[in-house]
Amino acid sequence: MNGESPAQMPVVELSGIDKSFPGVRALQNARLNLYPGEVVALMGENGAGKSTLMKILTGVYQPDAGEIRVDNAAVTIPSPHVAQDLGISIIHQELFLMGHLTAAQNIFIGREPRKGYGMFVDEAKMKADAAAIFRRMKVDIDPGAEVGELTVARQQLVEIAKALSYNARVLIMDEPTSALNETEVEHLFDIIDDLKRQGVGIVYITHKMNEVKRIADRIMVMRDGQYIDTLPARDTTIETVIQLMVGRELSGQHRAMEATAGADVLRVENLNRGRVIRDVSFSVRKGEILGFAGLMGAGRTEVARAIFGADPIDSGVIHVHGQRRQITSPKDAVRNGIAYLSEDRKQFGLVTGMSVRDNITMPSWKRFLTGRVFMRDGELRDVAQGYVQKLKVKTPSVDQETRLLSGGNQQKVVIAKWLLRDCDILIFDEPTRGIDVGAKAEIYRLLESLAEQGKAIIVISSELEEVLRLSQRILVMCEGRITGEIDGRTATQETIMTLATQRQSDAA
Amino acid sequence: MTDTTLSKADDGKKGIISIGTLQKAVAFVVLIALLAFFSVFAPNFAQWSNMVNIMQATAVNGVLGVAVTFVIISGGIDLSVGTMMTLTAVMSGIILTNLGMPLPFGIIGAMLFGGLMGSVSGASIAKLKIPPFIATLGMMQIARGLALVFSGAKPIYFNDTPSYYYISSESSISRIIPSLEVPNGVLIMFAVAIVSSIVLNRTILGRYVFSLGSNEEAARLSGVNVDFWKIVTYGVSGMICGVAGLLISSRLNSAQPALGLGYELDAIAAAVIGGTSLSGGRGTVLGTIIGAFIMSVLTNGLRVMGVQEEWKIVITGVIIIAAVYVDILLRKKM
Repeated sequence: MNGESPAQMPVVELSGIDKSFPGVRALQNARLNLYPGEVVALMGENGAGKSTLMKILTGVYQPDAGEIRVDNAAVTIPSPHVAQDLGISIIHQELFLMGHLTAAQNIFIGREPRKGYGMFVDEAKMKADAAAIFRRMKVDIDPGAEVGELTVARQQLVEIAKALSYNARVLIMDEPTSALNETEVEHLFDIIDDLKRQGVGIVYITHKMNEVKRIADRIMVMRDGQYIDTLPARDTTIETVIQLMVGRELSGQHRAMEATAGADVLRVENLNRGRVIRDVSFSVRKGEILGFAGLMGAGRTEVARAIFGADPIDSGVIHVHGQRRQITSPKDAVRNGIAYLSEDRKQFGLVTGMSVRDNITMPSWKRFLTGRVFMRDGELRDVAQGYVQKLKVKTPSVDQETRLLSGGNQQKVVIAKWLLRDCDILIFDEPTRGIDVGAKAEIYRLLESLAEQGKAIIVISSELEEVLRLSQRILVMCEGRITGEIDGRTATQETIMTLATQRQSDAA
Repeated sequence: MTDTTLSKADDGKKGIISIGTLQKAVAFVVLIALLAFFSVFAPNFAQWSNMVNIMQATAVNGVLGVAVTFVIISGGIDLSVGTMMTLTAVMSGIILTNLGMPLPFGIIGAMLFGGLMGSVSGASIAKLKIPPFIATLGMMQIARGLALVFSGAKPIYFNDTPSYYYISSESSISRIIPSLEVPNGVLIMFAVAIVSSIVLNRTILGRYVFSLGSNEEAARLSGVNVDFWKIVTYGVSGMICGVAGLLISSRLNSAQPALGLGYELDAIAAAVIGGTSLSGGRGTVLGTIIGAFIMSVLTNGLRVMGVQEEWKIVITGVIIIAAVYVDILLRKKM
């Protein structure tokens, strides 16, 4: 592949991996190989299939087709436990630690050393073993410290220690630096360097090119569930990688929809909430699609939730149609015509066990009452049916439970729900997450036609292509601040990424 | 590999019979099987007078089961229904006997007081964010204590209100149809069940109860006043406990303040046997009523067969576990 790969055989080799979920083809002929002592950066847009591929490697999902070889022998990995036995460990982006247990207890959970005929946990040995691992990592963490008391960076180190305690030869790190500051990141990289020297193969999932340059040997790019290319990290430019990730030339992608000069529908002034939202001000006009770009954790979702009244704010003023409004609950927001369409539709957007009809009509139920009590179910059906046709929701009937719909159709149900509720300010958080490519285009057209009908639309998206495709104006956030506003017609992925990484060095 | 099941879920054509329907069917078959079994092996079981006994014994647990079904579907739990029943009975005793008011005041008073106390539970869950298990465990003790305090720890007899007895024990319907000697208490249970069923399936309250239990956060983000509807749910549960309080005190012709502990577990068992999911979002009133009947048929049948009374408790326990296991099996199949 390239001169850098050692002559040994790969420790892990995935080939021809297919995986589908209802309505989404997540992986198609995906592959990956990893040699001992190297770092492969796995890159791709959100939804490119990186996580799914890693979940197959760690036994969380079973592939529909394809082969997994470990040390050149074909294996099946039916469970995470088997993956661990094979020496494959993963450190998730969100940490899975038990805050009330000590570092040592967390590391050895489920495999505690025993004493006294196996009846008691040998706490002393556990602590000593944990301390030995920490020494190997050259970190100074008290094995007896309660994990909940440690900083996020140190919790992450505990996770790494846990992975190493399984004698991991393959370590998967999913955006490990998203919650770390610069010094902590540097320390993590030192540990990664050490692990490489010890022969551990590392798959490193990230969006940050500078990190890739610093630690990766090879870059593997995925797009739309497929393997695209492998490149040597040293002499690859960010443009090349982004081009491969996106799949086409970057510039000139976005549509030339002219900004309609409608009136301000929503104006937010000096919004603050702790350290996550800092002095955010902006406005959205009638008929406009406003994009919010930024890295994970930049505060975009937090701003949306604050406007929607789902989270309390410290200070800030919200004007709707030119009038100042107090919004302290989602109920207030909805009453003012603001809708929030969460990225996690299954958790926040839909009552998945209920029918399409009930989901579409839920916020509007009070309009369909007889004697203020009885639901006019026939009318609810008709109204829901109307939206199902208008938005082309593919469902056998409006009585279908929404959990059985595909991602794109679920999203349409959520949109229908807010349209029926007469919301004219629609905040979309990752509108196409978990939605496959064909349905994405349909959702885009739907958003555009909603804007043309005079709705004010905010789109929060981690997919730069999506933001560029949809927005007339783009606001970029970093660390809770708006770091810039770009005209959608002149914006490029580069200008956005520059603003998105514009950290304020003084953390005050 | 696992994709076959996933893509099956995707086509969405199957599922003509919902899990809930299937579960009720299973519970119903179990009930019929029990009736058949005891009719064959227990002499005198299949007599009408014994059937009346069974129905009479089901009434209170059935009504309490309905009360707790509301709460469980909404994703909560109510441990206070037993002692709440007692407290409302005492309340009606105070209104009718101590204050000497006419019968309707006693009936309305018991139900309103139950509703009020239930709303207090609901408010502490919705507003103070106390977990339902704890909030209603507290309410269970509060209600028990208040019942003893209000009554002076002595039974209150309804000697001044002779018609009180008719609430539960007389059979008004047999005056119209002489052969149908169903006691009023049983009719009231069915009435409560029918009204509750309509409320759960046809009214906005019912729709909110289900959506709270299926996904509270989604309901909240849809602009639903989640706190308010939770309070209402517990209030309704408390009000239905008031009905149970009237039934039991009418049957005993007295409000017994020491009674009530343990009833909540039977009520929860009836709901669970009837297919109500303890994780919320799923359940039916009819299922709960069938569940309550299964429990009392079992008690009665074993007694008629001469089996030691305590075995019934053991068998009830086994049935609860079996019912939940059937639930798991059905869910896997779908």
